[in-house]
Amino acid sequence: MAEQKQVIVRIKRQASPKEAASWEEFALPWRPSMNVIICLRDIAENPVTRDGKKTTPVSYDSNCLEEICGSCAMLINGKARMACSALVDSLEQPIRIEPLSKFPLVRDLAVDRQFMFESLKRVKAWIPIDGTYDLGEGPRVAPEVQEVGYPLSNCISCGSCLEVCPQVNTDSKFVGAAIISQVRLFNMHPTGAMHAKERLNALMQEGGIQDCANAQNCVKACPKGIPLTESIAEVNRAAWKQALLGWLLG
Amino acid sequence: MGGGLAGLMATIKVAESGVAVDLFSIVPVKRSHSVCAQGGINAAKNQKGEGDTTAKHFDDTIYGGDFLANQPLVKRMCEAAPGIIDLLDRMGVMFNRTPEGLLDYRRFGGTLYHRTAFAGATTGQQLLYALDEQVRRHESEGKVKKYEGFTFLSAVLDEAGISRGICAMDLRSMEVKTFPADAVIFCTGGIGAIFGRSTNSVVCTGSAQSALFQQGVDYANAEFIQVHPTAIPGEDKLRLMSESARGEGGRVWVPRNPADKRPAKSIPESERFYFLEEWYPKYGNLVPRDIATRAIHRIVFQEKLGLAGQQAVYLDVSHIPRETLDRKLEGILEIYEKFLGVDPREEPMKVFPGMHYTMGGMWVNAQDQATNVPGILAAGECEYQYHGANRLGANSLVSCIFGGGLAGPAAVKYAKNLDKGADATDASVFAREQKRQESRNQDLISHQGNENLMVIWRELGDTMTEHVTVTRINKNLEAADAKLLELADRFTRVNLSDRTKWSNQTLNFARELGNMLLLARVVTLGALARNESRGAHYKPEFPDRDDANWLKTTRAKYVDGEIKLTYEPVDISMIPPRPRRYDAAK
Repeated sequence: MAEQKQVIVRIKRQASPKEAASWEEFALPWRPSMNVIICLRDIAENPVTRDGKKTTPVSYDSNCLEEICGSCAMLINGKARMACSALVDSLEQPIRIEPLSKFPLVRDLAVDRQFMFESLKRVKAWIPIDGTYDLGEGPRVAPEVQEVGYPLSNCISCGSCLEVCPQVNTDSKFVGAAIISQVRLFNMHPTGAMHAKERLNALMQEGGIQDCANAQNCVKACPKGIPLTESIAEVNRAAWKQALLGWLLG
Repeated sequence: MGGGLAGLMATIKVAESGVAVDLFSIVPVKRSHSVCAQGGINAAKNQKGEGDTTAKHFDDTIYGGDFLANQPLVKRMCEAAPGIIDLLDRMGVMFNRTPEGLLDYRRFGGTLYHRTAFAGATTGQQLLYALDEQVRRHESEGKVKKYEGFTFLSAVLDEAGISRGICAMDLRSMEVKTFPADAVIFCTGGIGAIFGRSTNSVVCTGSAQSALFQQGVDYANAEFIQVHPTAIPGEDKLRLMSESARGEGGRVWVPRNPADKRPAKSIPESERFYFLEEWYPKYGNLVPRDIATRAIHRIVFQEKLGLAGQQAVYLDVSHIPRETLDRKLEGILEIYEKFLGVDPREEPMKVFPGMHYTMGGMWVNAQDQATNVPGILAAGECEYQYHGANRLGANSLVSCIFGGGLAGPAAVKYAKNLDKGADATDASVFAREQKRQESRNQDLISHQGNENLMVIWRELGDTMTEHVTVTRINKNLEAADAKLLELADRFTRVNLSDRTKWSNQTLNFARELGNMLLLARVVTLGALARNESRGAHYKPEFPDRDDANWLKTTRAKYVDGEIKLTYEPVDISMIPPRPRRYDAAK
């Protein structure tokens, strides 16, 4: 009988933020179309390491499993990406899986990305409607504006762009590319544009757009293909314009 | 409880009224399952000069649902839909536009009109984000407090059986806490996990609905489960291929000769069997989902025409210009490409039906989303009100927003009319419930058994998918129920592989699975009892709709630890039932 093909997975384990991290290796039965989520579920069903040691199931965040909820971002073979779309057959083995390193760890592969949601508050990433009562239709939007805006609004807040950014670290408060791109989105909407100034001002504070050092890692890491560097350039221009105007008008 | 579309809309409405609202969600609300909705949202705005009206939307919805929905609220929903689109438009949703800057509309299943507004093929994501942003704005103004990473365990009911708040678990610290509330709105989504693999997200377990059912909230029309005709099979999930693929001209076919080994593209038109178009010339590929799903099952299981003998048919968009596909369907085509490594712009997709939507749900009244337990309301997919025996595509987003929009103000009104609020409730009521839930956790964690959670879950999913989805046969349903009882018994001997007290996902899943096993029985027993075929519920032994005996709502109650099925009449005061046929114009 042919030997069952195996998938070898190495996972960085950490029981809590206070405890030390260690690596565990697992050997799983290979099946077609396996992804990293299926590997983690296999381990949950039979949490025994490759050398026969009993362990606990791996903690990780996941939800939609089709790369639209943004939950399952992790480091897979050193690369920030979504576990659900990380197909085993396209990965070099042993597959190394680690939590994102730029966010506070919760347990194993689960991290806390609340920072991103707080940043969205900071830049007022919304259209300030007066209320939900009937005020008729919204403003007309040119198809070409929609065609630029829609991809920007595909941001799933996975945190991959922050993970790969050298400017995001424990010493910095940099909000990161995703947030800057959201400012571009809201500032280009006809109603959102009425409040563009506020959002730009927020991005000119500590941790704002001036912290970007143009490494351009973000745009390569984005699983949704959002033109993040284009957004940063666009918002940067607008911010400078606003700063200069403010200076000229005293 | 729950931060998908319905929960967010309810939250916004409560916040707007100036009343304090706490929003609980298992996941950060931006990651809720609503993001998976793809194709669009229905509203009869009549922007294509076709003479569409809200009355026609209402009729399509009732007819599509095979006359099982109570009609007055459905009518109100269809009338409210154009206003809901306007509101979303004002919130900045990046809907696709016509050259003059107006919203574009496409066709969807079960209608002959262009009634579906859309944002690419990720409309649910775009709508959820718009509401998420509005809630974040209210949150930043201190009107909303979010509890993300909390799961619902039980309602806190006082001696009179009135809800006074919830008992929830912090999924990091695993602490069990109670939260007083004058009213609680549940927006906890569908029950896909009960079927093992489905198009639903991981959190869609129905655990909250089941917990509430066990505390006395009735559950209606559980047997109506929508199986979507076009999903990509996968071991971890069935990934949806939106109906919008067909709305934009996608065609479903198989080779006429099942032994045909040629690549799809080289099979000439005359040797392709476009079975939906042949069988349903009027609606073609846009028949409602239950009809399309049964047709695919017939092709695969009876006609033996599945692709290469497999459980699959082609969903083909390769004849549509690439530019159109990228502008209108890119989101879903990318999913196919990423997960299967094949470009659907070039090659037809291989799809098969998958469990998709829960038409049934918590029983709510005909006015304002209140359940039968005072202080508990429900909105969105977790309740049963709007879709009858089969939901039409692109009606779910509108029902979530409409239902959430009704429930918010209704909860406020209920709370304001209370003689004594949750704050005046004796602390012992909360302490008792907390203790009950803590000891349940302790039981599970300290148990020394020999059963494996994941194995029980897989057997549950296999049983439900095999016997309680597309084709239902009474003796199989009886066998399924026996299996569910066996699984529930084995569940009492489950051995948790994680006994730690920090971010223990195993313990949380154990609690969910216990609830799923019971709710699965409600679905199965409802299906077993209903000896007719209606909408998504199909019994070959009883192939026709039987209005004389079964034009009634199933209302399951939990009495002394037993599931009791009761029935109540359907409000058909507006559109008299007529036969439902999609092979001819209605």
